[in-house]
Amino acid sequence: MNKKSNTKSLLWLLILTVIAGYIAFPKRLTIDTNFFSKKIQFEINKQAIDFYFWGKHIYKDFELKKGLDIQGGMQVVLRAKMDEIALEDRETALESAREIISRRVDLYGISEPTIQAARLEDDYRLIVELPGVEDPQQALELVGRTAELEFRLERELSEEELAEATQSANFLDLYFVSTGLTGQQLKKAQLQFDQQTAKPQIILEFNDEGRDLFAEITKNNIDKILAIFIDAYPVVTPSISSAILDGRAVMTGDFTVEEAKNLAIQLNAGALPVNIEVLEQKNIGASLGDESVQKSINAGLIGLSLVILFMILYYGWLGVISSIALLIYAILTIALYKIIGVVLTLPGIAGLILTIGMAVDANILIFERMKEEQRAGRSYAESMELGFGRAWDTVKDANLASIVSALVLINPLNFSFLNTSGLIKGFGVTFLLGSLLSMFTGVTVTRILVRQLVPIIKAKEFKS
Amino acid sequence: MNLMKYKKIFFLISAFFLIPGLISLVFFGLRPSIDFKGGSLLEIKFIEEEKTQDYQETILKDDLEEIFSIDTVQETGQDSLILRGQEITNEEKEIVLDLIREKFGELELLRFESVGPILGQELLKKTITAIFLVAAVIVIYIWQQFHDLKYGVSAVLAMFHDSLILLGIFSLLGHFKGVEVDVLFVTAILTTLSFSIHDTVVVYNRIRELKKKHRHLSLTEIANAAVWKTLGRSINDSITIIIMLLSLVLLGGESVRYFSLALLIGAITGTYSSSFIAVPILLVWEELANRKS
Repeated sequence: MNKKSNTKSLLWLLILTVIAGYIAFPKRLTIDTNFFSKKIQFEINKQAIDFYFWGKHIYKDFELKKGLDIQGGMQVVLRAKMDEIALEDRETALESAREIISRRVDLYGISEPTIQAARLEDDYRLIVELPGVEDPQQALELVGRTAELEFRLERELSEEELAEATQSANFLDLYFVSTGLTGQQLKKAQLQFDQQTAKPQIILEFNDEGRDLFAEITKNNIDKILAIFIDAYPVVTPSISSAILDGRAVMTGDFTVEEAKNLAIQLNAGALPVNIEVLEQKNIGASLGDESVQKSINAGLIGLSLVILFMILYYGWLGVISSIALLIYAILTIALYKIIGVVLTLPGIAGLILTIGMAVDANILIFERMKEEQRAGRSYAESMELGFGRAWDTVKDANLASIVSALVLINPLNFSFLNTSGLIKGFGVTFLLGSLLSMFTGVTVTRILVRQLVPIIKAKEFKS
Repeated sequence: MNLMKYKKIFFLISAFFLIPGLISLVFFGLRPSIDFKGGSLLEIKFIEEEKTQDYQETILKDDLEEIFSIDTVQETGQDSLILRGQEITNEEKEIVLDLIREKFGELELLRFESVGPILGQELLKKTITAIFLVAAVIVIYIWQQFHDLKYGVSAVLAMFHDSLILLGIFSLLGHFKGVEVDVLFVTAILTTLSFSIHDTVVVYNRIRELKKKHRHLSLTEIANAAVWKTLGRSINDSITIIIMLLSLVLLGGESVRYFSLALLIGAITGTYSSSFIAVPILLVWEELANRKS
């Protein structure tokens, strides 16, 4: 590569680092120290990216997402008891239960919950993570309750009642009355497409008891609204267009396919109510994490300084260059975490700290090779290019093992025979990103820096 | 100096570190955490300091016996404790906390974990699957890279050597210091697998390169040169990793301390085994093969 194009690469690297540095920078940094008995105190605030582009709102505040073990919260593994549910309906039932729990959790006001359905052989499970929950008892009741589905009929209200109903918080209860028809009599709900219009519609199938009850209701209340409530909340409010006697109702409306699918899932949750049992629960108080994070970050900074010291003492100018590359590595890593939204856990932080130690590996490999080539009588420039060239294959092969291990830990395809724990994934992700990024900073970035800086340093040394 | 002459000494050094751990593994086994065996864990922090001075393990155990049978009580800081015992529900946990409050004053619940026995069994299965999966991928990759099964198998043997030392040390730590093996330990084992391979690949790559250049030399001579040439890198690279992990072990948070320690042990054995186990195994294998033919 000629000198000009290397200067260009250096420029690109500089731009990349500055952008990454901006992203990696904390939103608010308060500096409050004593410097030569002078009190220094100021605060730097970073603006979030917040603008409209072609009518699309673009908002990114680039904040690190904290895992449950850091910000505190609750993780529950639930098992859905499927004994009473037919084999072919179990997947649907699990999905419905997931949907119901996620709606309840949303209503309860928990930010960023995750609810994951998992299946292991004959076991159907839900893994629920609720950050910031302080009352585990209440949260357990929230997720553990079986969904209740009920058909409620609209009724005429008198003027007085109407006035009262609009005032009352539970006006829904006044406005709709129970019909006695519940999820127990509903066999299942299914998404179908109208054969003529190809519009999505939902088929409700009732059992014998439900058929009779439904026939009774529909016969007497044509044109009235028969709302379907789940957990005492109306999910859909269709009106009766004709009497249905065969226990098979078709619900049409202006659904999108997505809406209809969701509705079917919710209705099934009432039709296929799943009893839920707690297999595992973990509650972590927020104070535990904060302290550990602070300690780990301090440990990381001290380690980083020692590594830089070691590199400079051992490799001199090359050590300085690799320390710059290492700092670029740290900045890029944190920026990348923020961009792809890595959830930072305590083991994840340990992973980050570990990869800082590993990131100089490529440098050491290359520098040792350079020394060796120089000893063999080659010129500086020649041994530099040879060092980089030969080291690349080794770096690639050696990092492959790390990448494989990291992928097994992350389990990106969610194989049920491998781990699904968030803690392990948290470590795996930081380990994987570290291995990939350190190949880039250790080889490409260092090469750009060495090519640019070494001639300058050498020239100075000759003068003095 | 011909390092490979001292093969036997290297094997002896390994044996010195392997055997006590293996004996401990056979007799004491590992101390599984509730992640593996199921149960409940309560981490509490006392707020009123003066009262906590006189807490006693036996009193605590006896008081709670009816509702929460405690296996171990571990002090984690000046005024915090971890109680581990059989699985309890949320309601039972509240009763337990109230009982402790009565005796020892106001406290804060830092952590409560409860794991059913099924999940523990599963974790064990998943761990073993993951380890063999990683090992299999590595054997196949190295076999393909070096066109020789010997390399792949030797690398994996060195890798198991590292894992066994790590397991052995944690078995000893479990027996004498009450250190438990949890889900993070599993992660550490899987990570050290990659440390081990990382350095081994570097040496093997050098052997391959030298073999192409000097066809007349014996494998022993080539292996010796390769080990010498990569040793500087290997040691320096380990130093940087050890610096990072050591500061994490000494200064990092309590909850990742033993995780970092496991990684540290793995980093050290991984470095040692690449030069002094993986290469000698390769040579012994070659000798045996030559003797036969």
